[in-house]
Amino acid sequence: MNAPERKVVTLAPAGLPHGVGARLPFVDGIEKVTGTARYTADLPAGGALFGKILRSPYAHADLLEVDVSAALALPGVRAVITGDECDMPYGVIPIAQNEFPLARGRVRYIGDPIAAVAAIDEATADAALALIRLRVRELPAYFSAAAARQPDAVLLHDNKPGNIERAVHNEFGDTAAGFAAADLVREDNYECAEVHHAMMEPNAALATYDAERGHLTLWSVTQVPYYVHLTLARCLKMEAAHIRVIKPFIGGGFGHRTESLNFEVICAMLARAARGTVRLLQTREETFLSHRGRPESHIRMKLGMTADGRLTACEAEVVQRGGAYGGYGLVTILYSGALLNGLYDIPAVKYDGYRVYANTPACGAMRGHGTVNIRFAFESQLDVMAAELGLDPIEVRRRNLLKAPTDTINGLKVMSYGLPECLDWVEAASAWQARKGKLGKGRGLGMACSHFVSGSAKPVHWSGEPHAVIILKLDFDASVTILTGASDIGQGSSTIITQVVAEVLGIDYSRIRIIANDSAITPKDNGSYSSRVTFMVGNAAANAAENLKRILVAAAAKRLEVDEAEVVWLGEAACSVADPQRQIPFAEVTEEALVATGTLTIKGSFTCPAEFQGGKQRGGAVGSTMGFSYAAQAVEVSVDLDLGKVTVEKVWAAIDCGFAINPMSVEGQVQGAVWMGMGQAISEETVYENGHHMAANMLDYRVPTIVESPDIEVHIVESIDPNGPFGAKEASEGPLSGFMSALAAAVEDATGQRFRALPITAVRVFDALNQKTPAARPAASAEGAA
Amino acid sequence: MKSILRLSVNGKPREDAVADNTLLIDYLRDALGLTGTKQGCDGGECGACTVLVDSRPRLACSTLAHSVAGSEIETIEGLSHAGNLSRLQRAFHEHLGTQCGFCTPGMIMAAEALLRSNPHPQRAQIKAALAGNLCRCTGYVKIIESVAAASATTELSA
Repeated sequence: MNAPERKVVTLAPAGLPHGVGARLPFVDGIEKVTGTARYTADLPAGGALFGKILRSPYAHADLLEVDVSAALALPGVRAVITGDECDMPYGVIPIAQNEFPLARGRVRYIGDPIAAVAAIDEATADAALALIRLRVRELPAYFSAAAARQPDAVLLHDNKPGNIERAVHNEFGDTAAGFAAADLVREDNYECAEVHHAMMEPNAALATYDAERGHLTLWSVTQVPYYVHLTLARCLKMEAAHIRVIKPFIGGGFGHRTESLNFEVICAMLARAARGTVRLLQTREETFLSHRGRPESHIRMKLGMTADGRLTACEAEVVQRGGAYGGYGLVTILYSGALLNGLYDIPAVKYDGYRVYANTPACGAMRGHGTVNIRFAFESQLDVMAAELGLDPIEVRRRNLLKAPTDTINGLKVMSYGLPECLDWVEAASAWQARKGKLGKGRGLGMACSHFVSGSAKPVHWSGEPHAVIILKLDFDASVTILTGASDIGQGSSTIITQVVAEVLGIDYSRIRIIANDSAITPKDNGSYSSRVTFMVGNAAANAAENLKRILVAAAAKRLEVDEAEVVWLGEAACSVADPQRQIPFAEVTEEALVATGTLTIKGSFTCPAEFQGGKQRGGAVGSTMGFSYAAQAVEVSVDLDLGKVTVEKVWAAIDCGFAINPMSVEGQVQGAVWMGMGQAISEETVYENGHHMAANMLDYRVPTIVESPDIEVHIVESIDPNGPFGAKEASEGPLSGFMSALAAAVEDATGQRFRALPITAVRVFDALNQKTPAARPAASAEGAA
Repeated sequence: MKSILRLSVNGKPREDAVADNTLLIDYLRDALGLTGTKQGCDGGECGACTVLVDSRPRLACSTLAHSVAGSEIETIEGLSHAGNLSRLQRAFHEHLGTQCGFCTPGMIMAAEALLRSNPHPQRAQIKAALAGNLCRCTGYVKIIESVAAASATTELSA
């Protein structure tokens, strides 16, 4: 075998080819383009039983009897389970757990799981489900928040009067004084249809129960294996130590897979009941029914503004139809209020939020969690008022900018703020001043701003542990293996972590491997949600790499027989200041570092300090973060004035992500976010007809195709956040929520009609263009004050 | 009922006993272990299962295996040669035409069919050829760039 060629490392290389700031392909990209990436449904499991779920055909009913005797007696059936299998309610918020993996006593939406079978094949499983007999007492069902809030409505959950899951009331600053000081006060209503993540991979799980040891292993599509682990221990009443959770490649998530979902727990329960291995594949329809999407929202937005465009007060009321169970609901309704702050300087903000139970699939977290719909209302209102005052939409935003660092009135910290630069770029790139309002009938330009957290500074499962932990293994072969629990869900987190480690150590990318998401091997991680991974896990990775580098520098010093301070660290080699020609290659440094200790496992961690964890008010931790991303975007549309069809021609999006660890990945995230906002703005909505999901497929749920999708030009603003890894912040959620109002403004520019209800479909535009009084405009009021 | 299915998959002739109602996607995934072909919907909605049948794109989830008897089937696993990425695979990898990767095999196969019949497509032609393939991550921008880059590669090597 030939020894690898010994390379001479030059001093002070000008930028690492594989460090931070490099446009690198994903570390797991080759598997994805060759078809060798194994997703949950692809995992080999010879002899696995086929799992299937019986779902409620009733929107709301007391479950009097579930008779599974005939199903159990069917040859080929290995297990049939019902609500009797688990009496422990679960849910992502420890104080709001009210969901069972299989219904107990009550079903609350069409699709609520009632029973499940494991059989030798699909046909037998289907036959078994058909043999299960239900006896129910149907109850009145409510498919809107308004219907569920009627005084005589039957309660979905007995401990929640009025079917209100959570009401939030808070006021920061003096809104009455703010409105009194305003030259213009305007209040309008906005509506947003419910939307769904529709990640490309349908849900799937594989579970194997080792009956001899009493151990369970689950492979699933989760964004947060840690939550699934906790939920399995709780629902199956097993020791957490007896459970192993593995996340293979997963085909997107966008928040759908942040909470533990019933099918994951059902698959595990089936495997235990059958004492074997069960594969549970969910159809696209079932995946829609697992839902956890963005809730249908009714928003009343009132703003006060001075004649020169300064905001004086904001008062917002939000009603969200949360669906049948708690899930993330209380966080969603709190986020909507909390993140009214942090984007602009507003002296007073009053918020009233109502999360309402209804007989529809439960909503949850979806990209831009809680902030998207209210941002649509806020930015739209800002535009309308600017127009009334004769102010330019970009200029009115400039007059309300924050100055970082600052604390918002609700106790959030803004440490870096690149929004002014985002606005400048969008204005120039879109040729705003020359083109806004001047494109002629049927063509228009609009813009908006938005922001999002780089991870929640206080996680919902508060255990006192660091926010993130990374382990690095250095072994005899001079390779570095990164062990992480952070879930790469397609956003590229494994790539970002690898780049951070490569940057700090300065070693060749090819020496580094990353292993993620196997609870038996990798450290616990809080998961991929709230855009926390780059910021928190990135910081933990940098910390781990620095810890390892210290050991390596000490080893190099020993081998070179100089003081540590004399060592020049070159990454792939080390030398002393005095003698740069005598270089010790990395393999030799490793050899020295392992003397008398052997394989090194080095930990790094990151913790958000307490002062970043939000205000003292109830729910004050929601929205707290160490770094907000900022975005501005301009959208150009054409509108078919005969048919009403809106076509997005071009988007210019600027993102302040602090620092782009991988600019190509940032572009991809921003493009994906803006585009997902476009889907919500023009075509996507779930539709329920008497509780039946009428769009639970990829044709009726209209995700934009490539034909309808515009070019999205991305500009990266680097504000270098003081606390982010190399200054980085999130890049993938903030840019979404500005799209809808930018589009609504562009459509108004093109048609003269202001749409306050999403999605802005061809039907809505057609109706508005063909009536003297636009039907698409909910009741509005305008008043002058002071 | 099973009968013998004779066809070629990724250049290898095959002869298998296959049930008459077996879909091509299930034959590829379950019988042959070619799990690169993905099922993303309940039938014909998303394009993730796109394979080539005699160089033309076809939805494997909506195709009976026996209906393509005698044909040459190509899946994502058949695209790379001697361990190296094909031009489209390399372009999707290097230009980030893939994020989560679930739509990628179908997307690349649909693009492969396009480039075979039209080596230098215009942007509108790329869009038309991939109109049946949904992606939820990229907004399609880098997918179009990837296909364009691959077609430019063809030009250079031609």
